[in-house]
Amino acid sequence: MNFITNLIGGLSLGGIYAMIALGYTMVYGIAKMLNFAHGDIIMVGGYTILVFTARSVHPIIAIILSVIFCVALGISVEKVAYKPLRGSSPLAVLITAIGVSYLLQSLAQMIFGSGTKMVQGLDLGSFSIGSLKIGVSTVVTLIACFMVMIALNLFVKYTRIGRAMVAVSEDKGAAQLMGINVNFIIMITFAIGSALAALAGTFYLMRSPSMYSTFGSLPGIKAFAAAVIGGIGSIPGAMLGGILLGVVEVFAGASVLGPYTDAIEFAILIVILLVKPTGFLGKKRREKV
Amino acid sequence: MKFVKHYLNYTVIGAFTIIFAILSLTGNLSASYAYLFEKVAISIILAVSLGLVVGFLGELSLGHASFMCVGAYLGGKVAQVIADAMGISGSDNFLILILSLVIGAACAALCGFVIGLPALRLRGDYLAIVTLAFGEIVRVIFTNAESFGGAQGMGTPRFDRKYLFVIGFLLVLVTLAVIQNLLRSKHGRAITAIRDNEIAAKATGINVTKYKLVVFTLSSAFAGIAGVLYSYANFNIQPSKFGYNYSIEILVMVVLGGMGSINGSIIAAALITYLNTKLPLILTGDLAVLQNLFYALILIALVIYNNAPALKGFREKYNLKNFWNKIFKPKHDPSKIRDDAARWDVVPTKIEMNEVLSTDIVIDNMGDNSADIGERGGNK
Repeated sequence: MNFITNLIGGLSLGGIYAMIALGYTMVYGIAKMLNFAHGDIIMVGGYTILVFTARSVHPIIAIILSVIFCVALGISVEKVAYKPLRGSSPLAVLITAIGVSYLLQSLAQMIFGSGTKMVQGLDLGSFSIGSLKIGVSTVVTLIACFMVMIALNLFVKYTRIGRAMVAVSEDKGAAQLMGINVNFIIMITFAIGSALAALAGTFYLMRSPSMYSTFGSLPGIKAFAAAVIGGIGSIPGAMLGGILLGVVEVFAGASVLGPYTDAIEFAILIVILLVKPTGFLGKKRREKV
Repeated sequence: MKFVKHYLNYTVIGAFTIIFAILSLTGNLSASYAYLFEKVAISIILAVSLGLVVGFLGELSLGHASFMCVGAYLGGKVAQVIADAMGISGSDNFLILILSLVIGAACAALCGFVIGLPALRLRGDYLAIVTLAFGEIVRVIFTNAESFGGAQGMGTPRFDRKYLFVIGFLLVLVTLAVIQNLLRSKHGRAITAIRDNEIAAKATGINVTKYKLVVFTLSSAFAGIAGVLYSYANFNIQPSKFGYNYSIEILVMVVLGGMGSINGSIIAAALITYLNTKLPLILTGDLAVLQNLFYALILIALVIYNNAPALKGFREKYNLKNFWNKIFKPKHDPSKIRDDAARWDVVPTKIEMNEVLSTDIVIDNMGDNSADIGERGGNK
């Protein structure tokens, strides 16, 4: 019984990680950069929900507003901080991304203070099947995550923009020659990533409704690890990695190794990099001069 | 000029150390300033060693503070254990300090090697990810390890504050000597070649992975040394002190000083450490976060300014070097012939050929020419 509860909990947490990891992996695949500020977009989404629910806006509307706000933020961060550096060294972009992450955290701390704030109105209660007690939010998260992932897969496979995204990630120069507006595609990628981050933030808040300025850091880093484990740049890989990490986290947390859960997750990352550097589903890219 | 270029930083730091050591020994230096100098020395070691990885090797490490943490914990712990076994107090004992420095450096270097092994074989930003993960692992382990005091922190041996900053600055000199000499050697050229173009470096026969691993291990070892110093400078150490934010702060020092500039890192480290001590006195309460905001903005603005392809022309026109040259270097005067300028009325290649071949056959008129060339240093 305990096993099934843990499994469902793990899958739903894994779904959240997978959604965040998708943002990392898509941006990496298309813009060839690690967006360290992604975790902080989650935090901004969480605070947006906090602000609106505190003003007794309906939670659904608050969620939609948070998604819109995060998309706007993601796009503007890309335009202001990353776009000027396109074509320069990857290290410079990486450091700027860290700067943006640090900036967002400091801003949040300045506006909302360093204390923890509780978010109201996201608790959906729980139901029980036999002796099994499952939170409604867990099931909602699980279903929503899988729906989002399926929708994203369909989007990438069957729409014009989705195909263009694949083309840009394969070969930017050739895509540009084929008449694809690369800047627009990168913008769309950041928008989708940020929207997913906002949704993931919402689901994370359903698990534990406390908000603080480094709220997004740990799930962000874990999702990042998930993206690398699954193979960075690969969309199914991010899903696989996220779910794997979520399940590991819940099961390790329930066992004797509880306090060392985080260390175990990151140790998995290091071991995977040692054994299979491209991750489970990543493609090996040939280096060119 | 060569002296200024190569030895200025040793001279300045050495003179600084001697002056303040004398002040301290005669009892004219307050403990708060001694503590500030200790922190400055720690920051300089951290910034210079991180600068080696970020500025010269071109890899990003986000876990410099965690290597420091490993050094601080293990160095301090082993020193304490040995002192207890020998039945002496760990505090104020120079031998124990040296021992813990060596052990701290060795432990941090080992961690650096183990972490670098999977990450540095790969091309791309994997080192950033793995060091980030390593930081979390270290934090979790030391927070939960009861033998290291857990989240409460571990008490550390002490050293008289009068001397500790002197030792700190001596270690700064050691760090500088090792890193600068490494960079000026053949290996240093290899390291910068890897940064500039990894594939080209590989093609010229440089073992890229080996160099990256050696540099990263060395940098971690110095972080470990800084960690041991930190443990001696503070009453106790806590895992939360060596978090992600501390690593970022070191990175800010490196970026602010200019990536690939050791002297820049030194100045930025001293400046930021000073500001970190003084700013909390001005920015109290909620304003304290302004400091972080400020660092974040510096980081973004500097990196964009220094790297954006669109700003290239602007950068070349208005930079510190041009400004410096405008003020301090005399304008080029075509009427004045510089001493080392080549003279075209004689053909120097003939002389050099003679010297190279070192033959005894000297053609008559050539001899005249060489005598003529020999005097060209004179004022004509």
